[in-house]
Amino acid sequence: MSKTLFEKIWEKHLVKSIPDGPDIIYIDKHFIHEVTSPQAFAGIEKRGLPLFRPEKTVATADHNVPTINQDLPIVEELSRLQVQKLVDNCKRHGVELYGLGHPFQGIVHVIGPELGITQPGMTIVCGDSHTSTHGAFGSIAFGIGTSEVEMVFATQCIMQNRPKVMRINVDGKLNRGVVSKDIILYIISKISASGATGYFVEYAGSAIRALSMEARMTICNMSIEMGARGGMIAPDETTFEYMKNRLFAPKENAWDEAMIEWKKLFSDEDAVFDREINIKAEDIEPMITYGTNPGLGITINESVPTIESIDDEGERKNLIKALEYMGLKAGQRLKGMPVQNIFIGSCTNSRIEDFRLIASVIKGKKKSENVKVMIVPGSQQVAKQIVAEGLDKVFNEAGFQIRQAGCSACLGMNEDKVPAGEYCISTSNRNFEGRQGPGARTLLASPLTAAASAITGVVTDIREFLN
Amino acid sequence: MKALKNIHDTFIPLPEENIDTDQIIPARFLKATTRDGFGKNLFRDWRYYNNSEAQPKKDFILNKPEYKGSILVAGKNFGCGSSREHAAWSLLDYGFNVVVSSFFADIFKNNALNNGVLPVQVSEAFLQKIFSLENGATLSIDVENQTITIDATEEKEKFAINSYKKNCLMNGFDDIDYLVSIKDDIINFEKTFA
Repeated sequence: MSKTLFEKIWEKHLVKSIPDGPDIIYIDKHFIHEVTSPQAFAGIEKRGLPLFRPEKTVATADHNVPTINQDLPIVEELSRLQVQKLVDNCKRHGVELYGLGHPFQGIVHVIGPELGITQPGMTIVCGDSHTSTHGAFGSIAFGIGTSEVEMVFATQCIMQNRPKVMRINVDGKLNRGVVSKDIILYIISKISASGATGYFVEYAGSAIRALSMEARMTICNMSIEMGARGGMIAPDETTFEYMKNRLFAPKENAWDEAMIEWKKLFSDEDAVFDREINIKAEDIEPMITYGTNPGLGITINESVPTIESIDDEGERKNLIKALEYMGLKAGQRLKGMPVQNIFIGSCTNSRIEDFRLIASVIKGKKKSENVKVMIVPGSQQVAKQIVAEGLDKVFNEAGFQIRQAGCSACLGMNEDKVPAGEYCISTSNRNFEGRQGPGARTLLASPLTAAASAITGVVTDIREFLN
Repeated sequence: MKALKNIHDTFIPLPEENIDTDQIIPARFLKATTRDGFGKNLFRDWRYYNNSEAQPKKDFILNKPEYKGSILVAGKNFGCGSSREHAAWSLLDYGFNVVVSSFFADIFKNNALNNGVLPVQVSEAFLQKIFSLENGATLSIDVENQTITIDATEEKEKFAINSYKKNCLMNGFDDIDYLVSIKDDIINFEKTFA
């Protein structure tokens, strides 16, 4: 019987099904970080349970770590205690920790793939909704709550209702200036912030196939922003080429054996999806959001919708509220609007390709005097590579501030915050009220749009900038 | 986990859509290492000006003393965004045992159920009926029969919950108890798993 990629992996990991209840799924790899794990460690300890399979869990500190002076003790007391708690818990339970100061430290969804821990066909969970990132390798990867982290600690399993499956096909050739961030912002703007709730999404089509692994990660990363349980892309030569020689990727015979299994990871030709969406790559333009959820996005030359253009009363109310928070007017254009902050980082866009791309378009240019520009590499390895390739010189000359690895201003848990009332073009994944700091106004866009706008000081169409 | 069977109470209406978990509990309050005490920061930035408890936003529903109840009624797509279970903990700690909405985000729904907070999904029409009720009106939720009733009019709607989760909720069992009880099955699975 023909199966989807999702079904193949899910069924292989199915330990048991409870009638009129959830499935019990075995987890291959569990990532943890300082914010959503302490209560789970406390939970198993209270129950007197050991960590069942500690070798299948990997930890890092990323969410609340400072992005300067990482060699010094963390100044903010609660953050310091939380990071220390992770160190203590990992030590006590035998979990590998790539903590502050470790050469592998970084955003959990950046380090998993770059170290080769993330592999095709795996089931991967983490107490973070952007765990969907790892689906770019053809794995089932999704975010979980802390009680579920505790379940994985205790039994290496999780209980989940089996989601429906959706396929989104993007076919054709991308326009100039359009990158994978624009693809996913376009998709979410079409189907809304809740349009894929209850589904696991497979991305397919020639435009997806043509993307690099890092670009694919950006797309899978934001699956949760349309409500999807996760997103995935079938592995192919691009995937295998990326995997080869990664630190924890299989080697020699084990590699050959893995390849046999990995090559079976695709949706069968006549596999049935609960929902299918087709998108023409040519229709996608550079995107930017104007509202307070990632579904409220437009192309860079479009105007913010007018209130009258919205039929649904609830949505009309949402728009009015969002525009009030954002300090924007219905019907206005964003292009040309001054911004005060640029944030290039987060698990969505903080990998080496992102930095190569922006360096290539801003080389020799200086940032506008009116903007603060923050570059936050996703990991220590990415930071090292930035220097190795001399990209740091380009950024320094441009007046972009290069920080150390962490989640940073994506969620403002550390001191990297956008001041109240100011605009920030951000390469991150969420434009919720207060996400980047109380009162902060986030405009989500691609690294290209962010970099070009950093130079001009206003919301900029990358295509005009390139001319 | 505390058992939850029947709830009969007044409710607090919050007719906003897409209430994300960053609104329910902003990231800067996620630094605690226990599950307690999150209630005071529930909807923090909607409750206070300048993050100051001395400056409450008087128009916000939680700051209106005449609105009371252990049931929160909110617009569709409640709990979207981050997977932080702190959202469920903060609702519970504040005193909510039930959230009624016409649509819930997946991760929030799991997190809520894992903490004995019942997400009751109703039709949009039923939700709007609840929003149109006057303050002081009560709702009755019967977990066993999976019904929610507007007491004044006796209008009733059935809600979905699978029988496994229902049993957990009514008895205060949690998933970890269950998973630990089938550990032999898990070990056997590992042996056959390539």
